[in-house]
Amino acid sequence: MKLPHFEYEAPASLDEAVALLVAGDGSARPIAGGQSFVPVMAFRLAEPSMLVDLRNIPGLDKIEITDAGVRIGAMVRWRDVLDDARLVEALPLLPAAIDHVAHYQIRNRGTVGGSLAHADPAAEMPTIALTCDAVLEVVGSKGQRSVKAADLFMGPLMTSLESDEIITSVLLPAWPADRRWAFQEFARRRGDFALAGIALFYDEDASGAAHNVHIGAISVGDTPLRLAKAEAVLNGRKIDEAAIAEAAAAASAEVDPSGDIHASARYRKSLVGTLLSRALQGAANRKAK
Amino acid sequence: MKVDFEVNGRAVSVDVTPRMTLADCLRHELNLTGTHIGCEHGVCGACTVIVNGDAVRSCLMLAVQAKGAEVTTVEGLSLEEGLTPLQEAFKRHHGLQCGFCTPGMLTTLHALLSEEPEASEERIRDVISGNLCRCTGYIPIIEAAMDARAAYQQARGDK
Repeated sequence: MKLPHFEYEAPASLDEAVALLVAGDGSARPIAGGQSFVPVMAFRLAEPSMLVDLRNIPGLDKIEITDAGVRIGAMVRWRDVLDDARLVEALPLLPAAIDHVAHYQIRNRGTVGGSLAHADPAAEMPTIALTCDAVLEVVGSKGQRSVKAADLFMGPLMTSLESDEIITSVLLPAWPADRRWAFQEFARRRGDFALAGIALFYDEDASGAAHNVHIGAISVGDTPLRLAKAEAVLNGRKIDEAAIAEAAAAASAEVDPSGDIHASARYRKSLVGTLLSRALQGAANRKAK
Repeated sequence: MKVDFEVNGRAVSVDVTPRMTLADCLRHELNLTGTHIGCEHGVCGACTVIVNGDAVRSCLMLAVQAKGAEVTTVEGLSLEEGLTPLQEAFKRHHGLQCGFCTPGMLTTLHALLSEEPEASEERIRDVISGNLCRCTGYIPIIEAAMDARAAYQQARGDK
């Protein structure tokens, strides 16, 4: 389908971009890689009066690794994440998840900030941000502020951001080298939207018990989800067969997905448990550094 | 809006509305109808072109976003004197039937093999999973790509 009519600007600074969004009074929208938002417009889910293209704004395309963690600029593309060999050490869960994002051509244009703003519960990055306790930096007409990923996602394709706010970067907190983690996703074809997915990490204490368990789920709710009940089952416990089975059952019980043409609700519930159990086995078997 | 960019080595200047996709611009403004449009929402891969070296879906990019870019379409992959090694390999392995997906397959594989001439079969399969083909069953396309790797390896060696 052809796109609706809109005006187009590609300002060279964040200040100008915010001013254009303010002038648009809620009907102007920022665009990053456009790999989700162009289809959204094609389907008339959005008909903005103006697109404010962020591509000429300098400084949004960096991946910085510091003691605080990994800071990813909003305009960093999936391809840049996968090409950055440092991330395999610094935050291995991230490239493992991003490897599942869409297809080759899309990964050449789709961006981290765009995916967070798009807030698709079936996408990888929102769940990774939520699972990792990420904090976003956003700028708008009232200045700069930090937004926790946990406070960002309000519903399918809905965030708590104001219409004049632009995501500039996301900080994924520092990752201990011996942390255990796994990412599991199931889609009918690799690169298609996940029918369900699990991102998880935990740390082990000296006795081998898991603590700080974080489990995120993709595509089984209106937003990315943390599976608090499954986390509670595992915290303080050794990850053995009994713990895995109990956590998988808890995960299946605590999600309430809707069914669609791709998979029924019941199938998705079951799949969440299966994927969590595979993820926990993978994390437990992964050799600690 | 007036937009200047380069297509297949030639400077072009077009006057387009912001809502026009790069795919429509190539076909309707520049008469480069080798780029095919299948789904118009980024699912089928038929409209793949190469922008500044990267394979992208031209239905998910606006023509106005091509300002200053170097764009290569399937027309730009051809040689005056005949078929390229990748095209030859498609012919030899029967990598096309109806031909609708072929421009997207060729541009995608050209971008991939130019950058990764040693790409494994698994990598090739993963990359063209973003291009729908309803005729061949993909196997002849994968065989063609595997066969064409030697030419890309040689081209890289010659540089």
